[in-house]
Amino acid sequence: MDYSTDPLICKYPLAYYGAMVDVFRALDDETRRLVLDELSARDGQTLFEICTTLAMRHGLTLTRQAISQHLGVLESAGLVVTERRGRSKFHYFNPEPLAQITGRWPSRKRTEQ
Amino acid sequence: MKISLTSLFVDDQRAALAFYTEVLGFKKRHDIPLGENFWLTVESPEVVDGPELLLEPAGHPAVKPYRDALMEDGIPLAQFSVNDIEAEYARLTSRGVVFTQPPTDIGTAFVAVLNDTCGNLIQLIEMKPNWNDADAS
Repeated sequence: MDYSTDPLICKYPLAYYGAMVDVFRALDDETRRLVLDELSARDGQTLFEICTTLAMRHGLTLTRQAISQHLGVLESAGLVVTERRGRSKFHYFNPEPLAQITGRWPSRKRTEQ
Repeated sequence: MKISLTSLFVDDQRAALAFYTEVLGFKKRHDIPLGENFWLTVESPEVVDGPELLLEPAGHPAVKPYRDALMEDGIPLAQFSVNDIEAEYARLTSRGVVFTQPPTDIGTAFVAVLNDTCGNLIQLIEMKPNWNDADAS
């Protein structure tokens, strides 16, 4: 395999490394994974809605501040983006950073044993 | 003891009266001039001798930062009960009402959050049948 043609591995190794570390760190927490589950089920939620669904559907009674911090981690990893509409702030799931994972370790069909 | 009056701060009392009566469907109870402002209350037509909602001027300097912070995080300041939340959602969106949260199943109930155009978010709730049983289990 010619690795020099793969920009993810050879051209920008340092920038890529830092971003990927942030993504894995962000995903290494069940609450943050549940937040992504909820956002991928219905995108564009306020902090209030995320707190409500985590409490009522998943029995997670974290403080609003704690959930806000989890959202900050997801946002700095690029997995969540926010947008202001009117005077409220809405959170959206951005799956793009996850493509790095399958880009680096693509799943292959097993054709032979 | 019973709750007879609760209040919301509103940016503009006349605009608030129009929204709460013409759009949401409450009826005016009191509208008494008080200097530059009014003692302005509405009530639900579905309840006899129920609580009044005071639509209070938002002029105090503490009100803006308080409401702005809650609005940013999507936190409602009052909750109104409805029999059919999907029907209310359809009725109100057709009248231009903006929801920050569409009807959502939270287990014991369905909730939705709307912007009252006067600086507040309001939660609508439809309790599910037998929710007390579900709550206890």
